[in-house]
Amino acid sequence: MTISKLCSVLDAKVLSLPDDTREIKGVYIGDLLSWVMGRAKADDAWITIMSNINVVAVASLSDVSCIILAEGVELDDDVIATAKAKFINIISVDKGAYEIAALLSREL
Amino acid sequence: MSEVLNFRFLVDGEDFTSAGQASVKVKKNLRQLGISPETIRRVSIAMYEGEINMVIHARGGVADVNVAEDYVEIVLADKGPGIKDINQAMQEGFSTAPDSVRSLGFGAGMGLPNMKRYTDYMDIQSTVGEGTTITMRVNIE
Ligand SMILES: Nc1ncnc2c1ncn2[C@@H]1O[C@H](COP(=O)(O)OP(=O)(O)OP(=O)(O)O)[C@@H](O)[C@H]1O
Ligand SMILES: [Mg+2]
Repeated sequence: MTISKLCSVLDAKVLSLPDDTREIKGVYIGDLLSWVMGRAKADDAWITIMSNINVVAVASLSDVSCIILAEGVELDDDVIATAKAKFINIISVDKGAYEIAALLSREL
Repeated sequence: MSEVLNFRFLVDGEDFTSAGQASVKVKKNLRQLGISPETIRRVSIAMYEGEINMVIHARGGVADVNVAEDYVEIVLADKGPGIKDINQAMQEGFSTAPDSVRSLGFGAGMGLPNMKRYTDYMDIQSTVGEGTTITMRVNIE
């Protein structure tokens, strides 16, 4: 699934979308960063409620295709600026992680 | 040919928000060298975990990355408190991270296990009260 399809399926609010041709191949859900780095796969969409600056580095190093902030979590402007500069896609969705994953499982 | 490239980074022990910059830079450099995405991913996650550990647990340190023909080596050296029991520290879930960093998503006790998982060689030298040096290598296929 493409990231633009993902945005429409989830009715997402786009916070940073510099890499809009990325394909999503799977999903990983987690808030503890070392679990994400140990278990998420490249090209996964990463669902989390963590919003501090470190999520941008974790997403970049793990090669996930995007960060999906669940529960409508918002980001500080400096985090959004860093994400854009580091080419990291981030969207916010006003739904819980389970509901987001359930919607995505129909498309993947 | 032995080592083709070396990078050195000072990892600031105070600055939590910029932690990871060295790893992100290394990732970019390795990509320019044409190293495969999966190898780069392993190197950069292992390095980030080590870098973050130096920030959280050791008040910073120095990261050296040496790119040889058939492997990438990462050496992380700090003058922090050292690790009392390395076997215990290597176990999944063991963490002494303070609550302040747990609220940022760290402290799962998965960093050292990830470093082991993603590298082909890992050695920890640590002396309590003196510091810790971790050497990791990832083979380039
Ligand atoms: N450079 C270091 N200096 C001193 N102690 C360290 C160092 N690196 C790790 N440790 C010790 O080893 C423990 C386990 O480290 P590990 O990276 O696995 O987990 P963590 O950093 O606590 O949490 P996580 O990495 O999941 O965010 C740490 O909590 C700390 O006590
Ligand atoms: Mg750690």
